Amino acid sequence: MKILVCISNVPDTTTKVKFKEDNTLFDDSGVQWIINPWDELALTRALELKEDAGNSVDEVCVIHVGGAQTDATLRKALAIGADKAFRIDACAADAYYVAGQIASYLKENPFDIVFSGIESSDYNGSSVGAMIAEFMDYSGVSSVTSVNLDGDDVILYRAIPGGKQKIKTGVPLVAVVQKGIAKEPRIPAMRGIMMARKKPLEVIAATEMEMLTKSIKFELPKAKGACKMIDLENVEELVKLLKNEAKVL
Amino acid sequence: MNFEFTEEQLMIRDAARDFAQRELLPGVIERDEKSEYPTEQVKRLADLGFLGMLVGLEYDGGGMDTISYVLAMEEISKVDSSVSVIMSVNNSLVCWGVEKYGTEEQKQKFLKPMARGEKIGAFLLSEPEAGSDATSQRTTAVDMGDHYLVNGTKNWITNGKTASTYIVMAQTHPELKHKGINALLVDSKSEGITVGPHENKMGMRASDTCSVMFNNVKVPKENRLGEEGFGFKLAMQSLEGGRIGIASQALGIASGAYELALKYAQERKAFGKEIIHHQAIAFKLADMAVEIEAARFFCLKAAWLKDQGKPYGQASAMAKLYAAETAMKVTTEAVQIHGGYGYVKEYHVERLMRDAKLTQIYEGTSEIQKIVISRGLMD
Repeated sequence: MKILVCISNVPDTTTKVKFKEDNTLFDDSGVQWIINPWDELALTRALELKEDAGNSVDEVCVIHVGGAQTDATLRKALAIGADKAFRIDACAADAYYVAGQIASYLKENPFDIVFSGIESSDYNGSSVGAMIAEFMDYSGVSSVTSVNLDGDDVILYRAIPGGKQKIKTGVPLVAVVQKGIAKEPRIPAMRGIMMARKKPLEVIAATEMEMLTKSIKFELPKAKGACKMIDLENVEELVKLLKNEAKVL
Repeated sequence: MNFEFTEEQLMIRDAARDFAQRELLPGVIERDEKSEYPTEQVKRLADLGFLGMLVGLEYDGGGMDTISYVLAMEEISKVDSSVSVIMSVNNSLVCWGVEKYGTEEQKQKFLKPMARGEKIGAFLLSEPEAGSDATSQRTTAVDMGDHYLVNGTKNWITNGKTASTYIVMAQTHPELKHKGINALLVDSKSEGITVGPHENKMGMRASDTCSVMFNNVKVPKENRLGEEGFGFKLAMQSLEGGRIGIASQALGIASGAYELALKYAQERKAFGKEIIHHQAIAFKLADMAVEIEAARFFCLKAAWLKDQGKPYGQASAMAKLYAAETAMKVTTEAVQIHGGYGYVKEYHVERLMRDAKLTQIYEGTSEIQKIVISRGLMD
């Protein structure tokens, strides 16, 4: 069995977000890039499945659509334990485009299970995984919080309002995973970091396809107002402010 | 001159930061308070490869350069110096000597398990009456033909109780003074070894520090590191590298305290504004930032020289001296910025201040570093 984990290269979650060129572009100067946290958890779970001797997982690979500047992120995935990395050499700005590129790779190089994080922490599109399943005509399960293998079957739990749902399915499969899929992302070991440079990072030419959406403009949320302290006894003043200033009553 | 780190060095720094924040921070105050050895944390340190990161891949180490080691030591020491000192001693004082001067048999037998972190090493030089004056070794290793018979007491031994392998400095030819000292690899479970009680220290309270007594301990001749009488030279060379480790530890203690003080100053309000907007506090933070940056340059310069195979003794002494003095100053100011909160354990800076003090004392006091530096000026 082979597992492919989709990796998104996102700004560190503590990044101070700024825009440039009249708020039409994200200003990436000085930004530190990381593996999208949900994808990192997916990779961790995929490696756990491979390491479990009871499973027959032969290979865990990662795939990403992006330019050469994202190679460091892919090498971190290799340091964490992925066997191979594939980078589709294109600027990714649209979920349809990214899913289409990954699907076109999958058509030539099939995998049994594809993991995709539920969203990327930058644009939060939440679309790529489902689109890959659609492009490939694979089973697609969203909001997955647990994945286990039972022979050739895959046992998944997914979060639903008020509880969880247990699903059994065969492969090929796209599992769109969320928090809970692994306890915490794996820290690369020193030996893994040294071995990463010897593992294959294959750059693949993008296939011709259009982007369906275009980003027009970005806006930052309004700065939070100052906190007003109201005397414990002064309920009348609190109601007045909630009504007239905050306008929530 | 290139001030950029490589991709791998950055990955190591980030791995050390993640490990420290995620796995060392929870419980660090309690471990310090109870003087509780960080057993689980050291196991993880081994799993991640930090305990043998400087050892070559062929001997099961991480094969990392010294720059990476400085970066990792800084990140781990920001949070828990009791853990980073274990890492520093194992890498710089024990594994280094065995890798550089050990026979192939010694490397297979002693180095590999220590590089994997399955076993921990300790460096036994200090004695009750031989601290800064390390030439006055009273511990003896009498040549008995096929083995040495070791007698004496060693003091302030980091990893003394937990180590499986000791490098013991002992006098074989007193008439030759320091040229009669041998360095011996000793199994800590050997008959005749008694480990003293855990020292109740001011700082780095969770690390294992104790005295070790030797009473007619037989050490096979093949366990001697280097030639007969090479022990003192090996100890001094090991300490040159060890100082990079402790300098980086001091750097981490300083930068950890600075980060906490900066955050606190941005949140704490007094006289209607955050205290960072008061010049008295802002200037303190500016001074701290400058001194930390200078200490970082000293550490990285010494590490770079070592990686280039150039002499680094002078540079490592300067790094150790400056970083330790900086750690003491910066942590004291970090407590001051925190005010009353800085004086209680919950805010971490008082612990960092206690830890900082040790960096001015062990692996050569600040005064000893000045002797090393000034002698270097005369060369």
